[in-house]
Amino acid sequence: MQLSREELIHAYRQMRTIRAFEDRVHEEFAAGNIPGFVHLYAGEEASAVGFCMHLTDVDRIASTHRGHGHCIAKGCDVKAMMAEIFGKKDGLCGGKGGSMHIADLEKGMMGANGIVGGGPPLICGAALTAKTLGTGGVAIAFVGDGGSNQGTTLESYNLAKVWNLPAIFVIEDNGYAESTASSWSVAGSQVGRAAGFGMPGYEVDGHDFFAVHEVAREVIDRARKGGGPSLVHVRFTRYYGHFEGDAMTYRGKDEVPRIAAERDCLKLFRQRVVEAALLEPETLDAIDREVVAYIDRVTNEAKAAPMPTEADLLTDVYVSYH
Amino acid sequence: MPKKTYRQAINEALRQEMERDPRVILMGEDVAGGMGSPGEDDAWGGPLGVTKGLMPRFGRERVLDTPITESAFIGAAVGAAATGLRPVAELMFVDFFGVCFDQIFNQAAKFRYMFGGKAKTPVVIRTMYGAGFRAASQHSQCLYPIFTHIPGLKVALPSNAYEAKGLLIQAIRDDDPVIFFEHKAMYDEEAEVPDEPYVIPFGEANLTREGDDVTVVAMGRMVNFANQVADKLAKEKIGVTVVDIRTTSPLDTETILETASETGRVVVVDESHPRCSMASDIAALVAQECFSDLKAPVKMVTAPHAPVPFSPALEDLYIPSPAKIEAAVREVLAFKG
Ligand SMILES: Cc1ncc(C[n+]2csc(CCOP(=O)(O)OP(=O)(O)O)c2C)c(N)n1
Ligand SMILES: [Mg+2]
Repeated sequence: MQLSREELIHAYRQMRTIRAFEDRVHEEFAAGNIPGFVHLYAGEEASAVGFCMHLTDVDRIASTHRGHGHCIAKGCDVKAMMAEIFGKKDGLCGGKGGSMHIADLEKGMMGANGIVGGGPPLICGAALTAKTLGTGGVAIAFVGDGGSNQGTTLESYNLAKVWNLPAIFVIEDNGYAESTASSWSVAGSQVGRAAGFGMPGYEVDGHDFFAVHEVAREVIDRARKGGGPSLVHVRFTRYYGHFEGDAMTYRGKDEVPRIAAERDCLKLFRQRVVEAALLEPETLDAIDREVVAYIDRVTNEAKAAPMPTEADLLTDVYVSYH
Repeated sequence: MPKKTYRQAINEALRQEMERDPRVILMGEDVAGGMGSPGEDDAWGGPLGVTKGLMPRFGRERVLDTPITESAFIGAAVGAAATGLRPVAELMFVDFFGVCFDQIFNQAAKFRYMFGGKAKTPVVIRTMYGAGFRAASQHSQCLYPIFTHIPGLKVALPSNAYEAKGLLIQAIRDDDPVIFFEHKAMYDEEAEVPDEPYVIPFGEANLTREGDDVTVVAMGRMVNFANQVADKLAKEKIGVTVVDIRTTSPLDTETILETASETGRVVVVDESHPRCSMASDIAALVAQECFSDLKAPVKMVTAPHAPVPFSPALEDLYIPSPAKIEAAVREVLAFKG
């Protein structure tokens, strides 16, 4: 189905924002300005945006440790995200969560997750809420190739199917779980696993925004109409290390530069819309400039923002404790 | 004696035990790394490089990378231990015990008792714990009190590189399941470590400092903080005994009570939350067993009853610090009954 000009611009801006955000976090981490564990989503943008463009705030997603892209695509405030990554008081979680735990429940973003396989069961619950309350919402678990092997993930397929939940499992296969190749760690195939649980399964080229967007529309429509869960196996690569600081010696020599040159989702998107005369190069260039300036601004603001204080240490443990 | 890091000491203990006993195997996520990938093999050696070099030495048959499937591979380690191997499984962060605890506490811990003494389960689960890495709520917990609570498990917390090597070799040779806690902030810390293999028996505390005025009981990384405080106060002629309990299960109650009775003033330092902790456990022990020798109430220094925060500004306030330990020592000293 043809996307409108506004939708195309939105998609490109979102993907560009994720890329610029991740590139900047990479730089800031390398400069020693960001503490902790940081996992970047650069190279995978088409998946988060391709799915989340079909969603509104009633729809829920659960993310992974590599969560910045899902957060941005689901509408989290980018400035508050950056402040969170710097551990600041006006971060999206008050500085208590950091990169691995960014969440905005009002936007339907149930959190990045430090536990591999943490998301799929939660998404069964979110889908149950949608079904029980009749909100018309769907719930999507983004899961890595490594996370696809976790028991919690496989159990969730079964539960989603037997309860006929409006749940979708998106297996984001970037080729590796840490240094372990998915070609080794995953027995059978993702689509075959879906079939084993009686769910429709799809494989899609994750560098191609339009392919992801189309499959996403189909599975989300099905879930919304009460047709139950589906699984989508999205294939692409990550540009940076497993976490920042990973030397990536396990990768092929020019694996990343080759894919970035030939299959980058932003480049493919641009090529496609310019060739089809849907958007002009100047329009895209302007978005690029705006986004980079915006990320620069929110980063500088995040750096200048105040840290939380001792008064914040023991708040938020419970709603009430008596 | 050669100086080695905590990381090197652990790696050496594993290598020497694998050389000594062909039944010792390692398994875990990326314990070698590079499985199925086009680049370097043995690319990781665990996320912090602790097991690097062991796969090239012993091969993939004895150093097994696993998919991310803790329930299955921790359970496999337990099952292999019950049937003749001596596996050392790596649970990368102890926080991940949530996805595999059944295999540890209902299976490994119970076999011997439930089966009337017929089973032996010589499995070691190595795991990283502790705050200070800006790793937030799901990668910074201590949790050793939870394992200590379970009859059938042994729990070791080495406080430096020397302790790490000796306790790990003991853990591997031990016929019971052992949970071996490595503090993630200590891997680069050095100590003198003999080249040859040696064991440190479980349930034997170590006095790292001796003094007449106050007893500080500590474990893991907190021993170092306690030592710093003892050294500082020694300059003021305040004598602090530091008891490194080494293992929380078995617990050397004898040494704790002896030193507590001698000084009559006790501070327990535990990096975990205060409720149902080692601190509360040891405080209760001292209160029950040497009440009449006490000159002041036992004082606990712990993290608060809250998850570990991400922000460095908050995490620094969260962790029991030498300053907090020093304040507690001064408080028990100042107590007038
Ligand atoms: C239960 C659990 N086990 C292990 C880890 C450590 N860990 C974090 S990310 C990761 C690899 C995940 O790979 P994948 O699911 O493919 O996601 P990717 O990093 O490639 O996005 C591992 C092993 C964890 N966080 N939680
Ligand atoms: Mg992956």
